[in-house]
Amino acid sequence: MSDNNMMTEAMAGRVIKYGDNVDTDVIIPARYLNTSDMAELAKHCMEDLDKDFTDKVRPGDIMVAGKNFGSGSSREHAPAVIKASGISCIIAETFARIFYRNAINIGLPIMESPEAVRDIDDGDKVSVDIGRGVITNSTKGKTYQATPYPGFMHDIMETGGLINYLKDKGEQL
Amino acid sequence: MGMTMTQKILAAHAGLEKVEAGQLIMADLDLVLGNDITSPVAINEFRKIGVKDVFDRNKVAIVPDHFTPNKDIKSAEQCKFIRKFAHDKEIVNYFEIGEMGIEHALIPEKGLVVSGDVVIGADSHTCTYGALGAFSTGVGSTDMAAGMASGKAWFKVPEAIKITLVGSLPKWVSGKDVILHIIGMIGVDGALYQSMEYSGPGLAALSMDDRFTIANMAIEAGAKNGIFEVDDKTIAYIKEHSTKEFTVFKADEDAEYSREIEVNLSSLRPTVAFPHLPDNTRTIDEAGDVPIHQVVIGSCTNGRIGDLRAAAEILKGHKVKKGVRVIIFPATQKIYLQAMREGLLEIFVEAGAAVSTPTCGPCLGGHMGVLASGERAVATTNRNFVGRMGHPKSEVYLASPQVAAASAITGKISSPGEVV
Ligand code: SF4
Repeated sequence: MSDNNMMTEAMAGRVIKYGDNVDTDVIIPARYLNTSDMAELAKHCMEDLDKDFTDKVRPGDIMVAGKNFGSGSSREHAPAVIKASGISCIIAETFARIFYRNAINIGLPIMESPEAVRDIDDGDKVSVDIGRGVITNSTKGKTYQATPYPGFMHDIMETGGLINYLKDKGEQL
Repeated sequence: MGMTMTQKILAAHAGLEKVEAGQLIMADLDLVLGNDITSPVAINEFRKIGVKDVFDRNKVAIVPDHFTPNKDIKSAEQCKFIRKFAHDKEIVNYFEIGEMGIEHALIPEKGLVVSGDVVIGADSHTCTYGALGAFSTGVGSTDMAAGMASGKAWFKVPEAIKITLVGSLPKWVSGKDVILHIIGMIGVDGALYQSMEYSGPGLAALSMDDRFTIANMAIEAGAKNGIFEVDDKTIAYIKEHSTKEFTVFKADEDAEYSREIEVNLSSLRPTVAFPHLPDNTRTIDEAGDVPIHQVVIGSCTNGRIGDLRAAAEILKGHKVKKGVRVIIFPATQKIYLQAMREGLLEIFVEAGAAVSTPTCGPCLGGHMGVLASGERAVATTNRNFVGRMGHPKSEVYLASPQVAAASAITGKISSPGEVV
């Protein structure tokens, strides 16, 4: 399971920053959802908000945004295409709740920290220790403490998502 | 300290005497739902879990409604994939074209949800069934997969906002105006992670269709669910549509709420959400001069018979303004048939509107009414995000069927009072 282990890997990358209320329709417009091939869909990630996103994103980059990130539809394609595009972690002031649980369920690390979001600028170098909830901004030389995942949300993230978690607990099904 | 209505339902389904806000629980599910966009992803995840069958073939519902009737080859392939799964797993509640409808209108109509149930659906507007006094919430495809396999889902027990309704709705004001008013007041994240619990003396005056509309848009305030106290109207609806046993939960007198709001229905005006957020609301009196190109009446928010009657009452004997395209979508086959029998479809066609078979179609910019750059639509749907109904430079104004119908006649955002 080590190849799926999100908690021990430190995420580190350059920041791509957006504002409040980034909704699932701009993350991946519904007009493309006649397929569920995430690699294919990732070509359109963020297209209606930032058409340069797919050109500038590099593996490991960290997405930072304001309030209510991922609002709108329940489409899991939204966190999945962000993950498929190479983003290693999303830090936001708050997340819309379905997006939040979808990200946990597919093993895409996300952190809530209004303080970090206020401070971090586009292009900053940031690393995230998911297990401890610590965000480090090496460009600005600052660290921020986010709330670590509680209870079995921690375990879901640790095993790389809900499906792996359920497989591990197979006897309970 | 007592429990809210939502907390009581969750406690009962988690086998716990008591739950508190913030607690993580595993709850038993009464229904797991998916559509043609979310089910393909869920089926792939389901296969990875390695169980052979779904937990209960009567408690899974799959409704192809987003890109159906199939708009292109890719969507046809997606539907073929879910149809085969439904067939292989002997899923009872798979609804094909000809019997389907928009899922959130169809599921209550088929009697698949009753008060006291816990329902998850891989569609954010699953919160609609709160109108029946059920806990129902939108989830993603992985949750749907896990739910189909295990019959369980994890939840963080929510806090609640108590919304007390008083008074009664004035002429031309409907459930859509109630929920747009509330979202305008609390904002698109005003109920984030929380329940919106409706009760109060004003409840009795709201039709079930109004309640479905209000519960439907809980997600547009960021809520986990919206839920209505059960009354005689709810019970009459459930008995008419379902043979399932139902349980009525009521919030404890001493339940704790994060916030309490009173809404005086008598003081509401027709309300419109301007682009590009559902909380960007103005009353019709403040709307100003907004010319439009398209009107869409339908969706899981406002495609029920009451909505069609309200639109027909205004459109009757009028013509759609030259240059405006009006598309009307009854939400289910049953509603379509009833609208036909009542002569509503005739009124629509004579007025110059197009009437479509049930589909999500234009609501998500899928097909059947996609907008071009610079075009503006008044829609009875629930989202007006950038690009929601087509080109990223198009605009969607959310309103009631009454306002949409009046606007169809004048060609600009209008109050029903202006045309009738
Ligand atoms: S009608 Fe619109 S909001 Fe409702 S389920 Fe369909 S796409 Fe979603």
